[in-house]
Amino acid sequence: MTSHAVEGTHRPPRSVGDRVFPALVTAAGAVILVTLAGVALFLTYEGLPALTAKAADIPGADSFAAYVWPLLYGTLLASVLALLFAVPVSIGVALFISHFAPRRLASSLGYLVDLLAAVPSIIYGLWGIFFLAPRLVPLYDWLAGHLSWIPFFAGPASVTGRTILTAGFVLGVMVLPIMTSICREIFLQTPRLHEEAALALGATRWEMIRMTVFPYGRSGIVSGAMLALGRALGETIAVATILSVSNVVSLNLISSTNPGTIAANIALKFPEASGIEVNILIATGLVLFIVTFLVNFLARAIVGRRAEFSGAN
Amino acid sequence: MATQPPTSEPTTPKFTARLHSPQLPRWVPWALVAGAVAVGLALHLMVGWGWALTIVACWLGYVVVLVAVSGRVEGRRKAKDRLATSLVTTAFVLALLPLGSLLWQVVSNGLPAINSSFLNSSMRNVVGEGGGIFHALWGTLIVTSLAALMSIPIGLATGIYLVEYGNGRMARWITFLVDVMTGIPSIVAGLFAYALFVIFFGEGVRMGFGGAVALSVLMIPLVVRSTEEMLKLVPNELREASYALGVPKWRTIVKVVLPTAIAGIITGITIAIARVIGETAPLLIICGATDSVNFNPFDGRMMTLPVYIYSQYKNPGFPPEFGIERAWGAALVLTVIVMALNLVARLISYYFSPKTKA
Repeated sequence: MTSHAVEGTHRPPRSVGDRVFPALVTAAGAVILVTLAGVALFLTYEGLPALTAKAADIPGADSFAAYVWPLLYGTLLASVLALLFAVPVSIGVALFISHFAPRRLASSLGYLVDLLAAVPSIIYGLWGIFFLAPRLVPLYDWLAGHLSWIPFFAGPASVTGRTILTAGFVLGVMVLPIMTSICREIFLQTPRLHEEAALALGATRWEMIRMTVFPYGRSGIVSGAMLALGRALGETIAVATILSVSNVVSLNLISSTNPGTIAANIALKFPEASGIEVNILIATGLVLFIVTFLVNFLARAIVGRRAEFSGAN
Repeated sequence: MATQPPTSEPTTPKFTARLHSPQLPRWVPWALVAGAVAVGLALHLMVGWGWALTIVACWLGYVVVLVAVSGRVEGRRKAKDRLATSLVTTAFVLALLPLGSLLWQVVSNGLPAINSSFLNSSMRNVVGEGGGIFHALWGTLIVTSLAALMSIPIGLATGIYLVEYGNGRMARWITFLVDVMTGIPSIVAGLFAYALFVIFFGEGVRMGFGGAVALSVLMIPLVVRSTEEMLKLVPNELREASYALGVPKWRTIVKVVLPTAIAGIITGITIAIARVIGETAPLLIICGATDSVNFNPFDGRMMTLPVYIYSQYKNPGFPPEFGIERAWGAALVLTVIVMALNLVARLISYYFSPKTKA
């Protein structure tokens, strides 16, 4: 040991492990680069034939764009409905856990909400179709009877309850835990001094939350909602189980003719598909991939921007 | 100060000086809850309203009365606060209702289906009654284990690379792409596996290994993220102490950093497994569905639990009750597996993580 210190000028020999190990872990990182490149590449390669397919080969439409548009519309509609349910509730749940519940209970309540995220989507599907949908039928009847002047509730109401509104509701339940956990983290990071300053000025708890927690957590709420949107866009089996699809573009949320979603359409058609139809389905998958990528990218960008200026706090 | 009392509030002996604003006694909300429950029971039993309608109506009544009373006694600001508190609490209850009813449905519908023949027989030659999930259990076990075998080394090593070695353009790219991977819809992962394998095996390829590849695409980013977060928690002093003793960097990582973080990493891996074990869509695409036992992941269709549930629901056979019952039974088994994995993860992190406080 001392001899090294005295000689000083030459570096100690690097052990073999110190050359092999970094190479190994870097290679693992490279595998991820290759995998993602592979996803994009193979999907494009297998999807391209769909773009140039003859009109006769595309089921129910004369071009790929016309085929994918109603599905894209349904995907967006179901996801937006899911967010309408999930955003207010998850902000409330996150607030409850971070600022209202007794401190000792808070973390166990958090686990409870996380359990919602652990339930596999096929089980949400079963629950939606056998439990929820029949129980929503009276509500749809009422909506169709009393509010049919609103285009969303034009009716005639579905007798099975397998509507896009039901699907959106189940999707909302499924994305709730993602958004809740992001909001909760952000709310808990609100500077303690801001909160106490507000309370010391005589603010009620709600005023304190509006003055300190929301302004601080706004970007977190937005990015949480976008991540939830990304999840809702790609959710497959629950929608495939619940929705009765007829590939229309309509605003009607409670009838039995509903737009399908891209992911559910793939799941429903793929097992029996062959030939060019497989390529068409893969191409719609590529469209879904691009849309979710854009949404997630935007969400991350918002989180990233926040990370920059939150350093000052 | 005392010489000029405010003219608006004459300090005659009749009024005592008010140092705080008036407040509702603590029992008032509870009394209102009791009142709402009583009214609700009356409406339900005597007028004959349905449960859902009664509960919604009583809840609305409770909130309105509470806010009105509070607004009258305590003023607008306190009333708003009470309104917000009730809404936030409602949101929490609303979020838990689906969880409760879902678990109840799964248990009550699934339990009658569970018996030893359900766990020990496949669906071969079963049309109506009978049959089970033996083939699906093995399929899930094989596919998920293969996925874990591929994802854990890659994910772990990438996490180590990002925290211990990565600084530069490649690390930034990997971080970004791991984020992208987290957002890949599961069905797209299935399509990717199909598009990859179709090149080697021709059209209509179905095999268990393909499912494992698809699940790996979903699982790797989860493992990377949890590893990264856990490694970042390891204090730098530990690394520096190890370097100061002359330990090479790779041995520092293997012998000091990893053991410190291992509980958290295993927790993350367990949760990742629990996430992918319930995936249906990619396995439907690339593993397909079959009624027979298949132990070979490189040859032909392989049934898995989630796909089993889906196909029993879609094609319940005749008469359909038995298929639906099998679907619920398999759903119960799958839920138990997932919940057990989550519980194990929590226990590991609870018992084996290094204690920060004494």
